Amino acid sequence: MLIFSFFKTLMNQEVTVELKNEVSIRGTIKSVDQFLNIKLDNASVVDELKWPHMSSTRDMFIRGSVVRYVHIPSATVDIGLLEDATRREADKAKAGTA
Amino acid sequence: MSGEPNKEESDDNAEPLDLVRLCIDEVVIVKLRGDRELKGRLYAYDSHCNLVLGDAEETIYITDAEEEGDKVRTVKKQCEMLFVRGDSVVLIAPLESIR
Repeated sequence: MLIFSFFKTLMNQEVTVELKNEVSIRGTIKSVDQFLNIKLDNASVVDELKWPHMSSTRDMFIRGSVVRYVHIPSATVDIGLLEDATRREADKAKAGTA
Repeated sequence: MSGEPNKEESDDNAEPLDLVRLCIDEVVIVKLRGDRELKGRLYAYDSHCNLVLGDAEETIYITDAEEEGDKVRTVKKQCEMLFVRGDSVVLIAPLESIR
């Protein structure tokens, strides 16, 4: 839930999604769901020479499970807020199991 | 808030992820599937081991099959902020515990 909320704060930001098959796609996050599936607008493959078959695609849905990394512009992230939310979520999870 | 472990909690209902909780805002080493390693400051994690790392350095270990012997090449990449999906994560360790 924490990471889902984090992604919702990245709405309309330009990110690079690196997939498990080595393809990297740059685009604007238009929506995210609980599985961390991502919809990218204005998407383009970073290394078009290596993956030319993807070049005609503009908007795409990426299944969450094939994502390896998402490169995020650090200026858009409030680090203190994120760390506090992580600690709170960890404590909440722990209280639930104890 | 980060820092030393809480003594009362460390015995009874200690969980593996408690170690990761203590690593928030610390530099960690993350080993990943596919011969990859990350070093960066841990900003966020969840129970799936999804991570958010700052100032991350990725190291990819590449073994050239053609070569004789154990030639391993490394490729390094920098990233100011990186989300890592938990299903690629193999282990997370605080930097100072690595000898």
